[in-house]
Amino acid sequence: MSATGSDPLAVGPVGSEGTGEHAAARPAGSEGTGGNAAGAAGSSDPLVIAGVELGSRLILGTGGFPRMEALAGAIEASGTEMVTVALRRIDPRAHHSLTDVLDRAGVRVLPNTAGCFTARDAVVTARLAREAFATDWVKLEVIGDERTLLPDAPELLAAAEQLVAEGFVVLPYTTDDPVLARRLEDIGCAAVMPLGSPIGSGMGIRNPYNIRLIVEAAGVPVVLDAGVGTTSDAALAMELGCDAVLCASAISRAQDPIAMACAIRAGVEGGRLAARAGRIPHRLHAEASTTFEGMLELGVEPAAH
Amino acid sequence: MIRVNGRELDGRDGATIAELLEELGAAGDGRGVAVAVDGEVVPRGEWGSHAVPAGARVEAVGAVQGG
Repeated sequence: MSATGSDPLAVGPVGSEGTGEHAAARPAGSEGTGGNAAGAAGSSDPLVIAGVELGSRLILGTGGFPRMEALAGAIEASGTEMVTVALRRIDPRAHHSLTDVLDRAGVRVLPNTAGCFTARDAVVTARLAREAFATDWVKLEVIGDERTLLPDAPELLAAAEQLVAEGFVVLPYTTDDPVLARRLEDIGCAAVMPLGSPIGSGMGIRNPYNIRLIVEAAGVPVVLDAGVGTTSDAALAMELGCDAVLCASAISRAQDPIAMACAIRAGVEGGRLAARAGRIPHRLHAEASTTFEGMLELGVEPAAH
Repeated sequence: MIRVNGRELDGRDGATIAELLEELGAAGDGRGVAVAVDGEVVPRGEWGSHAVPAGARVEAVGAVQGG
């Protein structure tokens, strides 16, 4: 029995995404181990979404940063190459520094449809975002409930279908439902972005088994979106075989956002390395790492139990 | 009367989108800005010529921080 076969959370060596094959679809050890640590964490192991290579597997949400300086610092510290932004009515009193900060950082902008409760609103918001930011990419959010901010599955599917038909590169924020993730992929989404737990909750990954199931079945990149509270959550997502992590509040609302950006970056990189390395299975009993062969006979009777 | 970002504006019927944006303080190259009239996006190339008819609802949006 292979190690990964017996352990629902174990990931075999992971290759680059976009090939339609994920960890579990590939026998352990099938991939060359040419990459070293630096290579696996760096540019030789890019995240590929819709044919675009990104050197970082951490996508940063810009929401929640108290000051632009903190955002700029966190972008740099995180190493991210893509950040999310939202669209709201123009506020004549607001400073227009956000786009300046993002321009200076040289990062790709991923507009979201945050706050939309219907497919119709999300589609119009995505069209506005395309005009505002000159990008076809959209992080599609269609929310069904104010308290939990959980996605509304039927509206999400309807919006995704419409936007794919209009040529958008759709990255849907979805529940951790493997069937819904598959439906989103089937209608042409460029990635799927399941939540670990509700937005901003910092509750980590509540159902790692579902994330595994999504990863196992996905032919597009899987981005763990929402719920990350700290480094270990991001590392776990990557260890489960996710291709990337999207993180906002855990960094922006940390006491020291820049330090947390460093930490979560390290978690994403470490988790990716571990996923590629292929972890040992969980075992109920110990398995000695030291052989019993050649044990000394010291003539001491075992103590009675 | 037209409605711009939820605010009713009298005497501005027929104003162009470029004029309305300037009043909102969003003049310039319009980077990171987009406009919809009655739910239809108006490309920036048409902002100077697109006159907003009476009764229309204009939504002018820009980038804000968001996850």
